[in-house]
Amino acid sequence: MQGLYAQLLVGLINGSFYALLSLGLAVIFGMLNIINFAHGALYMMGAFCAYFLLNLLGMNYWYALIIAPIAVGFFGILLERTMLQWLTGLDHLYGLLLTFGLGLIIQGVFQNYFGSSGLPYAIPDQLKGGWNLGFMYLPIYRAWVVFLSLAICLLTWYLIERTRLGAYLRAATENPVLVRAFGINVPRMITLTYGLGVGLAALAGVLSAPINQVRPLMGADLIIVVFAVVVIGGMGSIMGSIITGFALGVIEGLTKYFYPEASNTVVFVLMVLVLLVKPTGLTGRAT
Amino acid sequence: MAVAADDTIPATSHTMRDEMAAFAVMTILLAIVPWTGIYPFFVMQALCFALVACAFNLLIGYGGLLSFGHAMFLGTAGYVSAHALKVWGFSPGFGILCGVASAAVLALFTGVVAIRRQGIYFAMITLALSQLLYFIYLQAPFTHGEDGIQSIPPGKLLGLLNLADPVILYYVILAGFLLGFVIIFRAINSPFGEVLKSIRENEPRAISLGYKTDHYKLLAYILSGTLAGFGGSLKVLVAQNASLTDVHWTMSGEIVLMTLVGGLGTIFGPVAGAFIIVAMQQYLASFGQWVTVIQGVIFVACVLSFRRGVVGEIAHYFRRSF
Repeated sequence: MQGLYAQLLVGLINGSFYALLSLGLAVIFGMLNIINFAHGALYMMGAFCAYFLLNLLGMNYWYALIIAPIAVGFFGILLERTMLQWLTGLDHLYGLLLTFGLGLIIQGVFQNYFGSSGLPYAIPDQLKGGWNLGFMYLPIYRAWVVFLSLAICLLTWYLIERTRLGAYLRAATENPVLVRAFGINVPRMITLTYGLGVGLAALAGVLSAPINQVRPLMGADLIIVVFAVVVIGGMGSIMGSIITGFALGVIEGLTKYFYPEASNTVVFVLMVLVLLVKPTGLTGRAT
Repeated sequence: MAVAADDTIPATSHTMRDEMAAFAVMTILLAIVPWTGIYPFFVMQALCFALVACAFNLLIGYGGLLSFGHAMFLGTAGYVSAHALKVWGFSPGFGILCGVASAAVLALFTGVVAIRRQGIYFAMITLALSQLLYFIYLQAPFTHGEDGIQSIPPGKLLGLLNLADPVILYYVILAGFLLGFVIIFRAINSPFGEVLKSIRENEPRAISLGYKTDHYKLLAYILSGTLAGFGGSLKVLVAQNASLTDVHWTMSGEIVLMTLVGGLGTIFGPVAGAFIIVAMQQYLASFGQWVTVIQGVIFVACVLSFRRGVVGEIAHYFRRSF
């Protein structure tokens, strides 16, 4: 049973990353109508940002947790202002191709300087150790990752679904022209939304640095799984993305325990099944 | 899903004649390659990729469906052909047939799933499906994991043509490429192709006209996957190995890039694009990881300022269609 609980925890951790990343993808898709293929590369940049802050500037994990998402978010804003905004009005697929190219560039540059091996990032002192819960040993850092991810996800949900700013955002998703006519600066909101989505990816990167090591390719394979998560959940609802992300992480963890051979593929197989039964995704609306 | 709609060149009476002339020029240029001193291995490799890119282009350029998983057909057909040639000792012709058939079956099953969504969802689904196959091939014993299937015997095609001879092999590959190309060319200019284009331009209207658009899309997907598989099988004859790189998502990305550089929705664009990208990889191989960066830069540059691609820009300049 120890093994089962351990895999469940690993599943919850992966689920946290799926949720943070698919949430960012959904928010960006809502406003910009593009799928951000560079999301995995930006997640990796978040982890590297934490690594640089620690090793070049001597700033610890807690600073990284704040600074990395902001820095990478600004990088995202730069990308949106200089390139993505020119794609407005073109077919959505061009956004996908452009961000795919951006992802290749970012990943290639990091791979060139850091190779493919992982760089270690130590767990901060305050979060070392673990609790013995009787039925299992719970490392504090892992509990922290799940807790913080869940909190950030719910905060984002609150921001979008329950605040005035979020109401503007949702309105601009539905009908940007009308919202602009009411005097709201929609292009600026689009830019900030992209920054927010990218910041969420970078935050996931910082969180994963002590667990998965810092590697240039850490986001490359992850993002494909997140795409499958997004297809399963549909991008229509924020809460849907969060729940699907965590649920699929747990299912993956369970598969690792009961049938490890399929742990890499279970999310994709589930995607196929969902598409056969409900093509719009679990929470998606017909498009 | 009008990817190329803003660039569409109205069909003129010249169109067919221009295309025929361009096809003749291309065939002659390719036919004289063995006497020019150009490294034939490079051209053969480019031809295999050109076929895959043309098959991919049939879906995106004429059906408006961007597949980010075409490496799965390339890789699957490659593995099956390689296994049939090496382990079962099939003749080359039969080995290729096995590979193409496996790609067709794969296309049928993945197509039924993938065409349920359009646009970016279609791209994400095909990418996820190809990743699923990647993991299956990674674990399956017959693919030999990281090593791949190596040193595949060349054999004799139809018992006559000795494929160990580079010149004979070149003409066999060229014939295969031209066959695939003509099939795609024919499909695009058939009533089937016209329906496909109408679905790309306005699917609801096509449905209202009574077309079962899903059937057309599935058929286009299967045709595209099968021909991409044909390219993959031919590549096995050239490279004499089949490995995991052929199924990886980076390969799917390269296929997309070839078509984008050459020109989405142009008939000869993917061929030009394949030659450009394969040549680039050949000459820049010493730059290591920078090749990935350069590919990314080409992606970005194409999308931002060069959306018609090389052939598309030329055609636009002369107001013709190639």
